[in-house]
Amino acid sequence: MSLFINRKVVVIGDRDGIPGPAIDECLKTAGAEIVFSSTECFV
Amino acid sequence: MNSVLKGSSFVLVHAPDMLIHGGTTQTTERIVNPDSEYLRKLPEHLRSFEEAVAYLPNQVYIGNKTPTDLAAAGDVWFDKPLQSASRFGSFGEIMPQDEFYLLLQTCDVFDLVMLDKDFVKETLPRFEKHPLVDAELLALVREGVDISEIEKAVNNEGAEGVYQNGKLIGCVKKAHDIDVNLNAEVIFENLISKASCALSLMHFIKTTGVEKSAIDLVLDCSEEAVGDMNQRGGGNLAKAAAESAGFVNASGADIRAFCAAPVHALIHAAALVASGTYENVVVAAGGSIAKLGMNAKDHVKKDMKALEDMVGGFAALISKNDGVSPEILSEFTGKHNVGTGSSPQAVITALVTEPLDKMGLKIADIDKYSVEMQNPDITKPAGAGDVPQANYKMIAALGVKRGELERAEINDFTAKHGMPGWAPTQGHIPSGVPYLGFARDDIMSGSIKRSMIVGKGSLFLGRMTNLFDGVSFILQANSGAGADAPDEQAGVSEHAVKRLIAESLRELARSMGAE
Repeated sequence: MSLFINRKVVVIGDRDGIPGPAIDECLKTAGAEIVFSSTECFV
Repeated sequence: MNSVLKGSSFVLVHAPDMLIHGGTTQTTERIVNPDSEYLRKLPEHLRSFEEAVAYLPNQVYIGNKTPTDLAAAGDVWFDKPLQSASRFGSFGEIMPQDEFYLLLQTCDVFDLVMLDKDFVKETLPRFEKHPLVDAELLALVREGVDISEIEKAVNNEGAEGVYQNGKLIGCVKKAHDIDVNLNAEVIFENLISKASCALSLMHFIKTTGVEKSAIDLVLDCSEEAVGDMNQRGGGNLAKAAAESAGFVNASGADIRAFCAAPVHALIHAAALVASGTYENVVVAAGGSIAKLGMNAKDHVKKDMKALEDMVGGFAALISKNDGVSPEILSEFTGKHNVGTGSSPQAVITALVTEPLDKMGLKIADIDKYSVEMQNPDITKPAGAGDVPQANYKMIAALGVKRGELERAEINDFTAKHGMPGWAPTQGHIPSGVPYLGFARDDIMSGSIKRSMIVGKGSLFLGRMTNLFDGVSFILQANSGAGADAPDEQAGVSEHAVKRLIAESLRELARSMGAE
């Protein structure tokens, strides 16, 4: 978990996998700072 | 009373030149990297029409092969061409590009499509032989113009070139000098959607045997924006396509919700019919030129053919209950709400288990789930994974969490209750609906009882919200209790019994009054 403490993170989620906002919530609890988050559709 | 799925059609248009000239991966590459190796190599990676017809997933799409055939053929299909394959199938057809250009012109009511007279002369004899092309449609094909006129329009007047085998054979003119919503590129894109929707409507009439005049409403659920500078996306592509297909008694309206629109539209259609507002509603969509070759960079890099060369289309008829066709359970739909959340668990709960809980059913009580049915032959080489499998695994995982499945059963569940994907990556086209034709057949033959159709949409792509969207409904074997028309085999209907009792009571009242 300490891997993300005080780290700036860029999040790219996948609609049919794990969407961006869900990744954001996990990373925030691990101490990361989300600087950009987006969900993309690859199909 | 539930409405029913009365029939459906599925069409593909082979579009290799449209891939090169209209796919946004290619149009973007021409702007940012015009001399790229990719653009140079791409033409060598295009499929011939025969190769597209011999491709197993395309044969499943038009109903000549089944999802079971596809599963039995392993998990890679592009290297296994069928030895014998037909362009026509039980659900529709695969139309070659040159014939589609003539169809495109028949759908152009503003004289914006110009075709080379030699091209028309060469293609017309084959178009004339098409089983759905009648004299009325043929009369809309114009004789053609000299190629110099087309070159002038493309080079000097903002027209969009139309190509066949790399050669300029026509153009689509702009419909306004200034308005970008009516420029040649947009008009071409919208006409392609309209014409492939109209082709789906034509096939649907043939596959269902329903009279054109019986259709009350068409709902178009594609992803194109039809309009001008004052009403971008003003719409009603539905009514435009219905006009081309000759549905004289139909009105139309468009439903837009990115890729989730087909399932939204089917839920709307089912409710409109169940409420008695309309008797026959068709949900239909044409395809997208923009998405052609979306993953072609990876296909070329891996020395594969560029498999995203198919424009897709479909149509489905929702009618009042005939006592036979599969019912759409309008009271038990699933939907992803604004406040649902985005975790896979929240999404699958909203779309799958909430409607099942309302019915008192478990996850395994749905015999077949039709989710995002993108063809993994296309997506896996591009690093986008196997989309249907990812969706099935999420459904199964929720089943494990709810204690309805054992963890060790996940793979068996996805094989039994899922299917491999066979639809082209045309956005709305793969979204839940490709199974409709098989679902009706499978339910009516008794091989399955229930299917859930799930559609998802990437709303965030429009930059108005970070939300995604999803909706679902259940198709179920007809109970036989809901037929509107009296069923002779079932004896006297409930309605008839009530009428007889009422008449007897009136007779009794009359006789008592007389005394």
